[in-house]
Amino acid sequence: MKVFERIGPPSPPPSVGARVSARTRIATWRVLLRAHARSCGIRVAVALLLVLACHAAMAADTPLPRDSVYQLDLALTDQDDAALRLRDLRGHVRIVSMFYANCPYVCPMIVEAIKRTERALDDDARARLRISLFTLDPERDTPEALKRVQSERKLDPMRWQLERTGLADVRKLAAVLGIQYRQLENREFNHSSALILLDAEGRVLARSSRIGEPDPEFVAAVRAALAPP
Amino acid sequence: MLILALAASAASAAEYAPIPGGELRSVLPPDGKSSLAKVEPYALRTLPVTNGEFLRFVEAHPEWRRDRVAGIFADSSYLAHWTSPVATGDAATLEQPVTAVSWFAAEAYCESEGGRLPTWHEWEMAAAADETRTDARDDPQWRERILAWYAKPSGRELAPVGKTPRNALGLYDMHGVVWEWVEDFAGMMISGDNRNQGDPELLKFCGAGALSTQDRENYAILMRVAMLSSLTAQQGTRNLGFRCARAAGDNTP
Repeated sequence: MKVFERIGPPSPPPSVGARVSARTRIATWRVLLRAHARSCGIRVAVALLLVLACHAAMAADTPLPRDSVYQLDLALTDQDDAALRLRDLRGHVRIVSMFYANCPYVCPMIVEAIKRTERALDDDARARLRISLFTLDPERDTPEALKRVQSERKLDPMRWQLERTGLADVRKLAAVLGIQYRQLENREFNHSSALILLDAEGRVLARSSRIGEPDPEFVAAVRAALAPP
Repeated sequence: MLILALAASAASAAEYAPIPGGELRSVLPPDGKSSLAKVEPYALRTLPVTNGEFLRFVEAHPEWRRDRVAGIFADSSYLAHWTSPVATGDAATLEQPVTAVSWFAAEAYCESEGGRLPTWHEWEMAAAADETRTDARDDPQWRERILAWYAKPSGRELAPVGKTPRNALGLYDMHGVVWEWVEDFAGMMISGDNRNQGDPELLKFCGAGALSTQDRENYAILMRVAMLSSLTAQQGTRNLGFRCARAAGDNTP
């Protein structure tokens, strides 16, 4: 029960203490800001800021939807060797896919398909989109190898993340994403090539397996997901 | 008190048999043509997991109760034949193999037992044995015996575990009771030949989308492959159970 034991609806945040102290901090700021607003006469702007701050704090505290892929509690390492958990990806509309760095033919096409989707968006929408590529081959795809893919493919590090799980977790991640794969004896992988669109809560909104050509329906779904509320 | 303790210990002691591993002529050759699958030594549960065992699991891990499980891990078929989230009822006796469990739930159960689901090749190797031979697959009589089970209509009441003859590896019920999950079920239909990757017709898979197998005579095994490949990891069926595998030498209960 290494991986699954931490999963349980409603999943508690990692530390209640941290949450309380965050709330205390917000309350303290509120008092300070109110005083400041009275003196400066910018009460409206401050009120707006507070609403935004509280909204952000609430989003991280609410339980994940039961159909969120982020229900799967996995440890990840990214291209900068930073440790994170799958659920840390919550909060942004995200295109995800699985690949491996040594894939000679189709994996570069997955990257191209995502780039093509990005290019179809306006600047504001593109700035809100995040992309995660998970490797099928965590043994060989070290953070250095992932970093190399990022620089060779010129993937904007602000928005693109390349991540690996533990070896035993690859199948689980693929299973929540509905990706099929099979490792071949020459250490290559055959896998379903899918782009998957997740909302900010990790629910699957759309999928595309048309990676060799534009997929207008998928682009439309991405655009709709990124539309301002 | 003593009886209770004995019953508890008997019930919790899952037995694992050591399987030597080796080279396997598989219906799914690793290269998609004819190569032998290399199987490392491992240990396999002698019996499928029962309703009784799975009931204790959901009691200890209530996040796997059917009324609490996250939808991403199991659909509405999950344990639907039990009378309640914590009672199996008459339709599912404690000695029958548990069925209607998702792949995620089966994997979580195996982890709770210090194991994992077997890979397809591990399962296939273990299922090749009959009562006297570790690989009986070339015997037409053996094939017919297995096919006879598949020919029976499903929907009958499942037999309790452990009532079929013990095979030469020390395992029960590899055929004749339930189908079983394997770790790598999602991907078995993908071609093992990745030279097909360049075919634009087949880009849905990073390779061919068709089953390419050896040993086409072995219908019974091919049916398993086809059935497992048709599932998602959230689904379960009333005929699909599981057993767990462990690293070689780890035969502790």
